[in-house]
Amino acid sequence: MFSNFDFDVIARSWPYLFKDGMSFTLMLTGLATAAGIVLGTILALMRLSKFVVLQKFATTYVNIIRSLPLVLVIFWFYFLLPYIGQWVLGSERPMAVGAFMSALVTFSLFEAAYFSEIMRAGIQAVPSGQFAAAQALGMRYHQVMGYIVLPQAFRAMTPLLLTQSIILFQDTSLVYVLSLTDFLGAASKVAQRDGRLVEMYIFAALVYFVISFGASMLVKRLQKKIAVR
Amino acid sequence: MNYKWNWGILFEVSPEGKGTYLEMLLSGLMWTLTTAFFAWMIALLLGVTIGVLRTLPSRTGRFVGNAYVELFRNIPLLVQLFLWYFVVPELVPERFGDWLKQLPNAAFYNGVLGVGLFMSARVAEQVRTGIESLPVGQRMASTALGMTTAQTYRYVLMPMVFRIIFPPLTSELLNTIKNTSVALTIGLMELTARARSMQEFSFQVFEAFTVATLLYLFTNMIVTILMRRLEKSIAVPGYLGTSANVVVH
Repeated sequence: MFSNFDFDVIARSWPYLFKDGMSFTLMLTGLATAAGIVLGTILALMRLSKFVVLQKFATTYVNIIRSLPLVLVIFWFYFLLPYIGQWVLGSERPMAVGAFMSALVTFSLFEAAYFSEIMRAGIQAVPSGQFAAAQALGMRYHQVMGYIVLPQAFRAMTPLLLTQSIILFQDTSLVYVLSLTDFLGAASKVAQRDGRLVEMYIFAALVYFVISFGASMLVKRLQKKIAVR
Repeated sequence: MNYKWNWGILFEVSPEGKGTYLEMLLSGLMWTLTTAFFAWMIALLLGVTIGVLRTLPSRTGRFVGNAYVELFRNIPLLVQLFLWYFVVPELVPERFGDWLKQLPNAAFYNGVLGVGLFMSARVAEQVRTGIESLPVGQRMASTALGMTTAQTYRYVLMPMVFRIIFPPLTSELLNTIKNTSVALTIGLMELTARARSMQEFSFQVFEAFTVATLLYLFTNMIVTILMRRLEKSIAVPGYLGTSANVVVH
């Protein structure tokens, strides 16, 4: 069954697959994870704040985003961002937003909802006595959060945050619907150009598997390490 | 925003000629739900089997179960769909492959299979966690009573496990519905795909996506309500209490 396999197509397209495709995928994953965690933490703080408006806003946002398929959200932002840009800048025409920018904003805002659930659990896991003690010492809200609560929440939730970023890494393949050249996009373009769908898609699956599986093994190890302390 | 809203577009006839744009979107929703239903059947059946396999005393069983879950969890769903749709028909014997390629509604079958198997790994993970969360004493007590492994699972462990993992399974069901949208890449005309083609035909982007969004939110709500009801009706009185005590991930 593998006798008429053309392994050469992989070798030939290697630089394109990895230098163009994979670097795009990894950059999008890295930036969206960073932005997603920051936004997610802000959302979690809003949800746990005593201001009802902030609570309602964050809860509604998280619930809506979590009810929608990522593909639909990708399309939403792809078409909506030019108008938002126009509104923010006050320009005459809808702003031209690059495809990478559009994908980055989409993934950051989408994953923020999922990261916020993790951070909320992390913040709630910090005993409330610590919060009270910090306040009794005269610390302000941002000091309590910044020095006492968030560092512990981050530390406890690191494995979950990393697991979520592995899911994000796999999810970035969905930029395919915008015809972007991420790793899968590159593989798919080569596949169609050379008529080598079988080789390219199996290779793509293999690469995604090796990276995701390897990363999840590392996360497991880290989890054990944290648990011991 | 100088976008020209035109909600009337929903009641205009779509170029597909089979009714209005709104009907086009609703037919997309039907495809979403049908695909999700069959995919969920696969996910439940295989997921429970694999999940149980991972907790059996047999080493081989555990290895196979774990390998299955890792395999389906670490490849993006989109890539898995491509494998089923583009790759598998080329690898099987030629006549079977040709038959597969000519199948009407191939996108639907591949979507069901792809999403179903992808979700089965996640269900298996929930089932394993559920079984492992039970006190070991239950398993030991069943063995002491002379029950076989099969009886232990059937009469002692699983009835409890299904109740324990009901809330996370509800979220996995919702994920299944959402994940069918990925099948638009292999040509399944489900809700998101319909919204996209409505946008291409009519240029009314935001009307199309707004309606699709509302339909997804509505579906989500209905499923959640139904599942909560079901959960309450199967709860063992006084044992687990209400569902509120169980943590949903």
